[in-house]
Amino acid sequence: MLQVKDLSIGYEGKTVAENINFKVNSGDYLCIVGENGAGKSTLVKTLLRLQKPISGSIIFEEDGIGYLPQQTIVQKDFPASVWEIVLSGNLPHLGIKPFYTAEEKQRARESMNRMDIWELRRKCYRNLSGGQQQRVLLARALCASDKILFLDEPVSGLDPKVTADFYELTRELNQSGITVIMVSHDLQTVLNLSSHILHIGKEEIFYGKTADYLKSGMAKNFIYESSWEEDK
Amino acid sequence: MQDILENLQYYLQFPFVRYAIVVGMLIALCSSLLGVTLVLKRYSFIGDGLSHVAFGAMAVASVFQLADATVLTLPVTVITAILLLRTGQNAKIKGDAAIAMLSVGVLAIGYLLMNVFSTSSNVTGDVCSTLFGSTSILTLTESEVRLCVLLSAVILVLFVVFYNRIFAVTFDENFVTATGKSANRYNLLVAVMIAVVIVLGMNLVGSLLISALIIFPALSAMSILQSFKSVVICSAVISVVCAFAGIILSILASTPVGATIVACDMVGFFICCLIRKIMQA
Repeated sequence: MLQVKDLSIGYEGKTVAENINFKVNSGDYLCIVGENGAGKSTLVKTLLRLQKPISGSIIFEEDGIGYLPQQTIVQKDFPASVWEIVLSGNLPHLGIKPFYTAEEKQRARESMNRMDIWELRRKCYRNLSGGQQQRVLLARALCASDKILFLDEPVSGLDPKVTADFYELTRELNQSGITVIMVSHDLQTVLNLSSHILHIGKEEIFYGKTADYLKSGMAKNFIYESSWEEDK
Repeated sequence: MQDILENLQYYLQFPFVRYAIVVGMLIALCSSLLGVTLVLKRYSFIGDGLSHVAFGAMAVASVFQLADATVLTLPVTVITAILLLRTGQNAKIKGDAAIAMLSVGVLAIGYLLMNVFSTSSNVTGDVCSTLFGSTSILTLTESEVRLCVLLSAVILVLFVVFYNRIFAVTFDENFVTATGKSANRYNLLVAVMIAVVIVLGMNLVGSLLISALIIFPALSAMSILQSFKSVVICSAVISVVCAFAGIILSILASTPVGATIVACDMVGFFICCLIRKIMQA
């Protein structure tokens, strides 16, 4: 579905990470982890075409990806109903038509049912709880693509119970055949959920199955460091 | 009351009064539609910067004694809008300062040019009317009215046709880019439309007050409503009603048109704030 070859990323001509190679197959659950400053967020931006790669290639077999972004300040007090936001996920199917068709509205309805937020459709986005907002954005992402989802730090700011529910939701989506790529800090959960890991380290980059990752030295150092930092 | 109605009837006989009302309401409509997007995208300051650029261009036009200033102000403002949105996206804070700088700089240069080179005997009056609109709305010619109606119609049609895309870009630019569409193209569209509205609006309320026309109705509607579509519609209604009331009031009370419209918009805003307070209680 997605193939990345010899990718170098960076900004303003400065390379942050290079020689990134990985491949995502249909049905995979890939987690991208890494220390802060190692180029994780630059990689995300590059994959999403928000910025240009320095060299190398990114090949997407799908046209659009369902993207769940980190929340921006603009969205915090945005006057929009849940229905409007989920419907806007159909944008890639709009083509040159000015308005959404009944089919696209049906699609929005289905993905809202799937996320269990149909009851909220007339509610205003800014009045929802953090967990509900994430479900709305996930429903929108599902409208954009029912094949591949890209989740960027989806649980930051959510409480533990809601976080656990959200992860469970992504697992269900993945089991129903949707490919998931997730960027996360939450290493313990990542190891439980994912089928593959891409670890962007400052010196080296690991890509492979989660089981293999656990055996690698890189994981041991990283897990040790992370837990040490949490204890601190 | 009878007096007022008769008085109004008397003024409405004159075509220039009718022109002023038509043009005023159209510009109010267009600016409020785009205002919602600008306010939500945190781009309100761009409207302000652009209106000052339009003033500078107007000053240059008057120095060269161009018969129709729009020939110069329209392209200059459109180009500036495009450039501003480009820089504004990435470097938020730097962009902010750049606009403030541009805004004040152009204002000063415009005033300088008008003072040094102007052949008119009443420079202060000219400057004042460019800044605050004052009388120019009442001196519109038929061809200016036609141009205004045409451009407003184009903006309205574009807004309706691109409504869904404008919503998507306003709510979440990155999502749009990630789905493989070009968010920049729609940003560009909004920038060009806003520049056109500002140049048109200069005749009505002048370049200093045009940002009020863009911001107030949007903020008023946003404070009481919960969905994007209702905010857009409500903002348009508030803006048109305020513009109409403002023009009528200014005719009856012989107050400056632009300032009166903005005062009406402010009253609208406070009423909406009050409604919100009551709804919350």
